[in-house]
Amino acid sequence: MILRGTAHKYGKNVDTDVIIPGRYCNLIDPVELGKHALEDLDVNFIKKVKPGDLIVADTNFGCGSSREVAAVALKGAGVSGVVAKSFARIFYRNCINTGLPIFECPEGVDGISDGDKITVDADSGVVTNETSGKQYKSTQLPPFMQELIEMGGLLRYVERRLSDKPQVA
Amino acid sequence: MARPMTMTEKILAAHAGKAELAPGDIVSITLDLVMANELSAAVAITEFRKIKGATRVHDPEKIALVPSHFTPNKDIATATLSTLMRDFAKEQKITNYFEVGRGGIEHVVLPENGMVGPGETIIGGDSHTTTYGGIGAFATGVGSTDIAAAFAIGEMWLRVPPSLKVVYEGHLRPYVHGKDLILHTIAEIGVDGATYAAIEFTGPVIKELPMSGRFTMANMSIEAGAKNGIFPVDATTEAYCAAVGKKNYTIFRADPDAQYTRTITIDCSKIEPQVAVPFLPENQKNASDLSDITISQAVIGTCTNGRIEDMRQAAEILKGRKVHPDVRAIVIPGSQKVYMQCIKEGLAEIFVEAGCVLSTPTCGPCVGGHMGVLSAGERCISTTNRNFRGRMGHVQSEVYLAGPYVAAASAIAGHICGPEQLAAEVPA
Ligand code: SF4
Repeated sequence: MILRGTAHKYGKNVDTDVIIPGRYCNLIDPVELGKHALEDLDVNFIKKVKPGDLIVADTNFGCGSSREVAAVALKGAGVSGVVAKSFARIFYRNCINTGLPIFECPEGVDGISDGDKITVDADSGVVTNETSGKQYKSTQLPPFMQELIEMGGLLRYVERRLSDKPQVA
Repeated sequence: MARPMTMTEKILAAHAGKAELAPGDIVSITLDLVMANELSAAVAITEFRKIKGATRVHDPEKIALVPSHFTPNKDIATATLSTLMRDFAKEQKITNYFEVGRGGIEHVVLPENGMVGPGETIIGGDSHTTTYGGIGAFATGVGSTDIAAAFAIGEMWLRVPPSLKVVYEGHLRPYVHGKDLILHTIAEIGVDGATYAAIEFTGPVIKELPMSGRFTMANMSIEAGAKNGIFPVDATTEAYCAAVGKKNYTIFRADPDAQYTRTITIDCSKIEPQVAVPFLPENQKNASDLSDITISQAVIGTCTNGRIEDMRQAAEILKGRKVHPDVRAIVIPGSQKVYMQCIKEGLAEIFVEAGCVLSTPTCGPCVGGHMGVLSAGERCISTTNRNFRGRMGHVQSEVYLAGPYVAAASAIAGHICGPEQLAAEVPA
């Protein structure tokens, strides 16, 4: 899978309260959630983001609450993936479970500016800055996690488990 | 000889059916309890319904559902979420459903009802599920998809975290408690200092710390990025288990030569009452240095400091004094049990006499939900656990984190104030 779009760059510790503020956490529809993505950090984000665009951020992206709607809101806004120096753990987990591709790539983050055109090869983890022509390698996900993403997320894995071991009525 | 293991590693090994495991291993563990509140449950239930082959939950006894956040429902949208969860509990015969008026905030309710115990594995659809590490459990927050999966199979996958050890030495100064220790610790290691890791809280000061303080500290482990925070099980833990009727638990102890990525020693004798200033929990200051910060609201309660010990601390300061004319003080006991205890001990009267709002148990203002949302430019001192931008309302409002003593003293003074400074300023 190839992800391609404009990079929207942010700093350290972007928390889930600004990714999707608590006041919208009663929404369930991804598109509705997406309309408020990053609103408390950058009110213009939602106006400028185009389908396929990527978020590029410094360390500890997604820290704070366990709200899965944070990953869902980004997807709903059209974001195809997130490249960061590091992720907060629940957010990381939620992305794997819901299928929002994420890449840990410290050098790539330093080498990408806001507005650059970037491409990420999700299979090899290679991040290319089309604007500068430079390439960076992100850390590979452990095989089990890759398998989860390939399977289509955690729930497909659960279905396989349930069919292996029929439920007792 | 098996590899020496930390407390977290031992609990995970036992639940993965393995004799030993090491940080970085990916394992599937069985879960002793799966918790969700009305927000995480709503999404989890919707996801659960999409799983082919799952009609019944794996084990209704091992699920707890607690309406906490926007309760009593603040509007139609939140009422809809609560109804979704309530109906699911009935349909699936989940008896550990704590209705409004019989429960409170999840992380206060579960321990006091004997639902969590030493050596257990607990996941919750809430990041502060780490709270149950206070009792010596492995407890961590997850997203709604994980909850849906756990409803169906009673298991979860995880990467075994490396452990980091914090040793608390010396002694506690007056008015210094769990909240001050954890704010100090987060400042020391940073908001991402323990990312993906387990924090083991140890040392002579921890041995003296009551359960309420341990829950407060474990609660905020996530504010340093941790997967879980955990306390050794001792006489205090066992007495607590006996009091709340928790039986049949297993005690796991770290091996003396277990491996830690880092060991940090903190001399508690140097710690004064702490405050974390906006917009990160690591922005630590001494309360006594912030007297020029005026406030318009004080919140005392939540899953961090909404237990009876916290209420007693607040009452000790508020007794015989009046809340400053420019401040709204909002006191929210964390559960119905705590609320009842406040009435029995006369604390309720102290709060109302002092001019506080005394609310029914709810998360309320902590997530900017209701019961004390801030307008632009307002400042709040709060016993909650997060001071992120916009957390309690308008993006231009500010939250300062502290323990109940400092929050109560500040409510009286009208500015941030340590309890010792208050005595000189406003004698009781
Ligand atoms: S009190 Fe605040 S931090 Fe605790 S569970 Fe409720 S919203 Fe979350």
